[in-house]
Amino acid sequence: MDTFDTTTLVQLLRECAGEEEEVDLDGDILDTAFEDLGYDSLALFNTVSRIERDYGVELPDEVVAVAQTPRQLMDLVNTGIAERV
Amino acid sequence: MTATGVQTRPVITGIGIVAPNGMSTDDYWSAVLRGDSGIRRITRFDPSSYPAAIAGEIPEYDPAGLLPNRLLPQTDRMTRLALIAAQEALRDADADPAEMPPFACGVVTSASAGGFEFGQKELQALWSQGGKFVSAYQSFAWFYPVNTGQISIRHGMRGPGSAIVAEGAGGLDAIAKARRHLRAGTSLMVTGGVDGSLSPWSWLCILRSGRISTSSDPHSAFVPFDRRARGAVVGEGGALFVMEDPDRAAERGAAHRYGEVLGYGTTFDPRPGTGRPPGLRRAVELALAEARTEPSDIDVVFADAAGSPELDLVEAETIASVFGPRGVPVTATKTLTGRLLAGGAPLDVATALLSMRDGVIPATVHVDSPAYEDLLDLVRDVPREQRVSTALVLARGEGGYNSALVVRKAT
Repeated sequence: MDTFDTTTLVQLLRECAGEEEEVDLDGDILDTAFEDLGYDSLALFNTVSRIERDYGVELPDEVVAVAQTPRQLMDLVNTGIAERV
Repeated sequence: MTATGVQTRPVITGIGIVAPNGMSTDDYWSAVLRGDSGIRRITRFDPSSYPAAIAGEIPEYDPAGLLPNRLLPQTDRMTRLALIAAQEALRDADADPAEMPPFACGVVTSASAGGFEFGQKELQALWSQGGKFVSAYQSFAWFYPVNTGQISIRHGMRGPGSAIVAEGAGGLDAIAKARRHLRAGTSLMVTGGVDGSLSPWSWLCILRSGRISTSSDPHSAFVPFDRRARGAVVGEGGALFVMEDPDRAAERGAAHRYGEVLGYGTTFDPRPGTGRPPGLRRAVELALAEARTEPSDIDVVFADAAGSPELDLVEAETIASVFGPRGVPVTATKTLTGRLLAGGAPLDVATALLSMRDGVIPATVHVDSPAYEDLLDLVRDVPREQRVSTALVLARGEGGYNSALVVRKAT
């Protein structure tokens, strides 16, 4: 588990926070705001703590506020994975 | 309370029911009329190492077909059930709060201890795996007023919101509080209560009350007003209502009116050892007085039916003293579901309203050797077809709570 891809993110979002009926998470969502995907900060917080567990990374608390889109979150997670000791 | 002027009498325009013997108003009501019980051996966890093993358990269902997917990771079983009942009640009333002014609608529900099953799962994760394994939704999913919050968020009801905790009596108190909000200007309230998580943690708390029947026979474990009474069976479920100011309901063209809340009374028992009488009778008298209703106008009493000899005796004597011996038909349909904690009294109110609609008093089951035949005209085994215009619902909660509600068929 050395890179964190879209498929994994979508799977974890579904498991940790559920899925908005009107949203197609399998579509092109990389640059769609989490808010427009139906996710609030608690939903992201729950998902991020799962990512931290699964990938053994420590992400700063601000990540939930900083990452506005799936692409931004994936970049932060992959940076964390690269810096992992 | 009604000494001067005429207080508006809120009308109930929608009903939603989730019960061990039926997952909708129609399913529950037909099960009740058939005498189908929902009391069975617990399947949600292995109860074999506990003194009691049966409950009014709601059978497995697929929440994904009934609720938005986003709500599933953040809700305890009891909250899902409450959301299902609220949705049914609003649909039944043909009301969409999201289309009404933002503060026109509110929610008051009864609760006991919140989302036990969810809470237990997260505490186990904390102990066995660590803090990172605890769901962020634990922050509110366990919380006792969570049903009120989730209903209000889902349906956009930003008016008054609260939860009432008074064990088995709380459901009537919630309806009374919702009525106060309607009288203060709120247009529509969702009220009532859905309760009960069957998990080892909650089971332990429930058993500690000492009021639970340890019988393993679903047919004889919960037999209130019976010589064999030995405690209660508890269960999960309840009912939620849409209750409206009558003028607002007329303005929006509400489809139907089940009934109106005519009177309410609530009291607290004296401290044990004082020798003063229990407060149930005073609660009944307060409710009748507010309703401006004579005992002879009451067509049926839905009993609290605690199922333990001392409490049953208090209730039988209270009913006989107010109405005269065998002076009014009495029923305890909760013999089909068990006592649903904070959800039980609302389910009784719903049953009373359906009883009025269809002109039939549903029966108490399993009471084969009635203990108070000289005091109570208990409707047993077979529903009694008769006109029902006004009903009294009694509810008691462990710790000394007594509440009484008078509902009348809408005219």
